[in-house]
Amino acid sequence: MGTRLLEVTVNGRTRCDAVDDATLLVDYLRRSVGLTGTKQGCDGGECGACTVLVDGAPRLACITLAASMAGRSIETIESLAAAGRMSPLQRAFHEHLGAQCGYCTPGMIMSAEALLRRDRAPTEDAIRAALAGNLCRCTGYVKIVESVQAASRALAEGER
Amino acid sequence: MSSSIGAASAEASPPRTVGHPTPLVDGVDKVTGRARYTADLPHADALVGMILRSTVAHGTIVGIDVSAARALPGVRAVVTGDDFAAPYGVIPIAQNEWPLARERVRYRGEPIAAVAADDRASAEAALAAIVADIAPLSPVFTAQDALAEGAPLLHRDKAGNVEREVAQDFGDVDAGFAAADLVRERRFHYAEVAHGQIERNAAVASFDPERGELTSRSTTQVPYYLHLAIARCLGLDRAQIRITKPFVGGGFGHRVEPLNFEIVAAALARAAGATVRVEQSREDSFLTHRGRPETDIRLRLGLRAGGEITAVDCEVIQRGGAYAGYGVVTILYAGALLHALYRVGAVRYRGLRVYTNTPPSGAMRGHGAVDVRHAFEALLDEMGGELGLDPFALRRANLIEPPWRTANDLQVNSCALAACLDRVEEASGWRERRGKLPRGRGLGLACSHYVSGAAKPVQWSGEPHAVVNLKLDFDGSITLLTGAADIGQGSSTLLTQVAAETLCLPIERIRVVAADSALTPKDNGSYSSRVSFMVGNAALRAAEALRDTLVEAAARTLGVAATEVVWQGERCLVRGTDRELDFASVVAAALAGTGTLTVKGVWTTPSEMQGGRFRGAAVGSTAGFSYSAQVVEVAVDEETGAVSVEHVWVAHDCGFAINPLAATGQVQGAVWMGMGQALQEETQYHEGLALRPNFLDYRIPTIAESPPIDVTLVDSLDPLGPFGAKEASEGSLHGFAPALTSAIADATGIRLMALPATPDRVLDAIVRRRREARLESMRANRAAAAAGERTNP
Repeated sequence: MGTRLLEVTVNGRTRCDAVDDATLLVDYLRRSVGLTGTKQGCDGGECGACTVLVDGAPRLACITLAASMAGRSIETIESLAAAGRMSPLQRAFHEHLGAQCGYCTPGMIMSAEALLRRDRAPTEDAIRAALAGNLCRCTGYVKIVESVQAASRALAEGER
Repeated sequence: MSSSIGAASAEASPPRTVGHPTPLVDGVDKVTGRARYTADLPHADALVGMILRSTVAHGTIVGIDVSAARALPGVRAVVTGDDFAAPYGVIPIAQNEWPLARERVRYRGEPIAAVAADDRASAEAALAAIVADIAPLSPVFTAQDALAEGAPLLHRDKAGNVEREVAQDFGDVDAGFAAADLVRERRFHYAEVAHGQIERNAAVASFDPERGELTSRSTTQVPYYLHLAIARCLGLDRAQIRITKPFVGGGFGHRVEPLNFEIVAAALARAAGATVRVEQSREDSFLTHRGRPETDIRLRLGLRAGGEITAVDCEVIQRGGAYAGYGVVTILYAGALLHALYRVGAVRYRGLRVYTNTPPSGAMRGHGAVDVRHAFEALLDEMGGELGLDPFALRRANLIEPPWRTANDLQVNSCALAACLDRVEEASGWRERRGKLPRGRGLGLACSHYVSGAAKPVQWSGEPHAVVNLKLDFDGSITLLTGAADIGQGSSTLLTQVAAETLCLPIERIRVVAADSALTPKDNGSYSSRVSFMVGNAALRAAEALRDTLVEAAARTLGVAATEVVWQGERCLVRGTDRELDFASVVAAALAGTGTLTVKGVWTTPSEMQGGRFRGAAVGSTAGFSYSAQVVEVAVDEETGAVSVEHVWVAHDCGFAINPLAATGQVQGAVWMGMGQALQEETQYHEGLALRPNFLDYRIPTIAESPPIDVTLVDSLDPLGPFGAKEASEGSLHGFAPALTSAIADATGIRLMALPATPDRVLDAIVRRRREARLESMRANRAAAAAGERTNP
């Protein structure tokens, strides 16, 4: 096992860190970078809580090697709020109770963020399809669907 | 108790805070990723703690050699069962589990040793270097095997592997059956299920040997019980321990008792004189378990032609796993809530809680009452069909009217089940649609109920059931101090609303500090849906006490009697005049001479709500029962056995919804969790080895297969609940499974007696019915042919 220098952009900031070949992206983000918003709920690829965006596409950080991220751009839940103000999705999840315990929420919001970037007005079926890899144990998903729909409406009404 | 000073104006105006949908006060932290859960806590210097688990399901520990592990570089501490002073268990009369096994292991995956090391690799190397010499004993994996004559015993003091045998008789059961027009008996089987909270277990414990202080932060629903367990198991004075609860990613009962990894983290921290972080895997969570036990039920009901229940005879066997945990309570809940939903006068209940060499079962949302509710409602539905009664009419024939004392001495002070039935009958279009749906589609109804807090705490100390402190300081902010553990259900938000409403202040003035034993008053924890009712009542009383103090200060400043002050929160007026005082001035007046104010509110469940006098009577007793009715619509594919839930309509009597947003979310979550259990969730073991300790094999429903769940919250204004509120987190879970199987029966004619309703079980039942139908028709043809031969020789 070797160690290499990883040059990567995390939430818009370029970094250079030494990482082991075996380091997972979730551990790199949480331990090396110190961004603990990205969660891990399973032992690898089962629950979606660790979903981040890599070059804009959702990706499970718990089954992604950090070393494979060289030159890529990673976005985590911490990137969405601007100047402390919640993004439309974050506001919607807060106001519509898309988050109860909040543990699946970062991954859920990042999956939804990827969806809304490619389709600002998704159908309910499209929402359900896009979030099918994100498990939530609190909500029964009803208010998660409502939250994404509310964010979609807010985007249509011109909120950032 | 409540004072009327200043209350007149508050009561005259409509509620400003309670009753309004309110986003969670800690919601912004959750959606922005700022919320720190246990595994997120920054501790650069923490050691890595890891636990070694038994690969043997049942065996005698001959020896555990840790000398090689201890000698490895980077290893700071190694502990075994010998390092603990006492066993633990959430119920004081049933403490038979060691944080790390001693003398014997009783399930595959039981912790047997633990290490703390500089890093993960060193910790893993240390675990690998531990030599555990375990002499296998014969294991028992099912309740039947455990109960068999001559079966190996798990615990020496428990003959026949029976942890608890319950026998309860109320009324004249034989006479009840004799009076029935229809008597039926059925047997049911329910798989073991797990909580599946998304956050993995974790604990961070620190020990300061200079001061002898231990600090623990972990994924717990019950910081106080954990406090007691760590003191007991480590032989520490309780005052040496500080427990704080960070954000917790769901519980559902997994965390309502102290768990091994939390106590082990504390032991490692003490042994290393350091901070130790124990992060458990998803597999570890499944092995730690405490889920709903595998359950077998025999149920016999008697009904009159009009649907009135005349007698209940029920036998429940729960496979409890290796240790006691909450087991005694679970088997008692099954009996207590089996029949108390309806007007029932005669009940015979027999319960057996059995030890087996599987991970210990425990409390799971709907504790003890979920499987019996299915059996009861399913059999009612079947018998109603035989009697030609509509499922709604059948329930309406058995409604209780509060105030009501159930056969087993439970007090019901409010009940709006009748209204719940009306709501879901209308919302689901039952009258227009039932019986007219296309083939393969069906509607089913079931009712349920649950406690708003267990009336007797498991630690009976004589203290009130809940205490809340309010601190008012120079800045005009109010800090609500509570031991209540917000685990995502929104308890901190609800308590904020209750205090704000009572003080007529905006919720922004109130800040909650929760679950830190150094700061907050003790609370029994977040279980049995107790927090809204009990801690809500304590918060209400604390806020009343603070309001009284503020009104008196305002009266002094204004030079009038307190009764002349009209309290409006941000300002107060002298009645009938335009003289007023703003809040800042009132605060200044109240603090003058005394300084920072701290007031207290307490709640104790009245004794007449604490159950009867028979053995086990406390379990099921509560100050307020919630009620729920739900209709489930299913589509069944008769070619594959696949069942999909198309829609759920549920009406939940929560007394009064202090936060309708959170209450709706809780009811949806409860119904949906019932759906997971009813449709697809099931643990599986091979000779004690967990076969599904992950979210791919243990399949909780995804968003793609989850239905719309329409919730109606029904008010019954409970006389004792805060603002009339009762629980909303559990009581709607129980009704899902029976509504589902009744809907499947409506769609296909098949009555499932075993859950979950996986495609293979459903298809088996369909194939079996087809075969029986074919045999039936062959017999009929043969009989007709024979009859023909006789008439035409």
